[in-house]
Amino acid sequence: MRNFLAIYNKEMRSYFVSPVAYVIAGVFLFLSGYLFRNILMQFNMLSIQLIQQQARFRDMTMPTLNVNEMVVSQFFGVMDFIWLLVVPMLTMRLFAEEKKSGTIELLMTSPITTVQVILGKFFACLSLYVLIVAMTLVYCGILELYSKPDWGPIFSGYLGYILLGGAFITVGILASALTENQVVAVLLSFGMLLLLWLIDWSASFAGPTAARILEYLSFIRHLQDFQRGVIDTKDVVFYLSFIFFGLFLTSRVIESRRWRR
Amino acid sequence: MIEVSELSKYYGDVAAVQDISFRVEKGEILGFLGPNGAGKTTTMRMLTCYLPPSSGSATIAGHDVVEESMEVRRRIGYLPEHPPLYTDMTVRAYLNFVARIKGLSTAHLKGRIGEVMEKTGITAVQDTVIGHLSKGFRQRVGLSQALVHNPDVLILDEPTVGLDPKQIIEIRETIKGLAGDHTVILSTHILPEVSVTCEKVAIINNGRIAGEGTPESLMAKLKEGEVLRAQITGPSDQVRELIGAIDGVLDVSLEGGGQEDGEQVYLVTASPGRDVRDDLARQVVDSNLGLRELRPLEMTLEDIFLRLTTEEVDA
Repeated sequence: MRNFLAIYNKEMRSYFVSPVAYVIAGVFLFLSGYLFRNILMQFNMLSIQLIQQQARFRDMTMPTLNVNEMVVSQFFGVMDFIWLLVVPMLTMRLFAEEKKSGTIELLMTSPITTVQVILGKFFACLSLYVLIVAMTLVYCGILELYSKPDWGPIFSGYLGYILLGGAFITVGILASALTENQVVAVLLSFGMLLLLWLIDWSASFAGPTAARILEYLSFIRHLQDFQRGVIDTKDVVFYLSFIFFGLFLTSRVIESRRWRR
Repeated sequence: MIEVSELSKYYGDVAAVQDISFRVEKGEILGFLGPNGAGKTTTMRMLTCYLPPSSGSATIAGHDVVEESMEVRRRIGYLPEHPPLYTDMTVRAYLNFVARIKGLSTAHLKGRIGEVMEKTGITAVQDTVIGHLSKGFRQRVGLSQALVHNPDVLILDEPTVGLDPKQIIEIRETIKGLAGDHTVILSTHILPEVSVTCEKVAIINNGRIAGEGTPESLMAKLKEGEVLRAQITGPSDQVRELIGAIDGVLDVSLEGGGQEDGEQVYLVTASPGRDVRDDLARQVVDSNLGLRELRPLEMTLEDIFLRLTTEEVDA
């Protein structure tokens, strides 16, 4: 635990003494704020049109618009994509830099296990991610001021987000462990994340068994339930096992110097 | 303290280190000498548990580097060739981090870091970000990192490389001061470094130990005979004949060219254990030749090194 904390604190410090954490949080919050505003304005326009129509047809039985579905879900949808672009930037230096500067030699010759190193880095990165994601709760607060959103799906959506972030970070860490070049690490994580993102697309052309496997592997499919307010063990297990497997692979990669040429 | 027996490391089919054996007693400084690419770093990486050996074994303080890696890691301080520094940290924060992952208890942390900084002379820069430090200071921070948990064994890979002469002397003095409390292995490709700092030398070439012992014993072992340097005036043919006739002289040669009848420098090889100086002096003076200088030639580590490493290449 001590060792884990030492690594965790070091990584957190490193995020916050360099401009990385601030720039990423700034860019992400600006972009997501901009998109949230547009989604909200669009919803606003639709609501006004609907009210006008209701007035014109004097029909009060027409369906009302759901804030959760029209705003929150849509907002979550675009946030996924921004994170796909941002997470590789958070993870790229985690191992690549240690390898390049030789500090990996310090870590690997200290009385500390590879698993402790990986977990320290993983949770540091996840904490930063959760911190930035949590700031977007402000947007939902704005919704609360002017309408009546249902907070259940919002919170389950955020839980889904944390799990998704963990899976993203796992991919990023694995990519970072594979190389000592940070650019290569970023590109590798983009590649892997996009593939996992779009993997269920090919499900439409695959055989029935393959299709099910491909669909199961898709990152977003498992997120949809969370955003509808359903916390399904199946989805939680998917993300957790993905994270576990990815970090396991990372530890194998780090240890590979022991048997590789 | 350190025992290495028949340690080998292969990268694919290439042997980086082959059947290396040596031992270092507690408190000794062992100089690990060899040209670049001889296998020094690989050997050190195996001793520090960074790389597993392909065969053979190494124990540090009785703990095997493969079987009890964690025990070994607790007992060693390692300064790799490139000091493993986090350039965005201040010196103090860095040492604090290292001390923690080395398992130093929080209570001892602060005092110990102060002590180490004092010892390596970096107290003045403790709040500077490492990235802004000069090479010499970085090297010292690297050394402090290896010392911070007060390890029994210190493994230093080319600790003086890239420093200016004054810094080199200072670092050497620091390392010498560590012997006694710590067992030190130090690698270098610079010869004087070994004769200045180390009590024991292991010469490594092409992945094999080419010689081991104290600098003196290595010299003694390799001396094929006593060599005298004699500066004598007179016709060289006469001088050669004269000296060659002395009992115990194996060979006489001229050092370089020079004039035929003027002052010449001769290298006289005598059989081991024979001191022919008195005889030589008497003979020269009796023959009315001028004896200007007569002294035994000391074989330097340089000579030993060259002899050992070139013989290895020839073989």
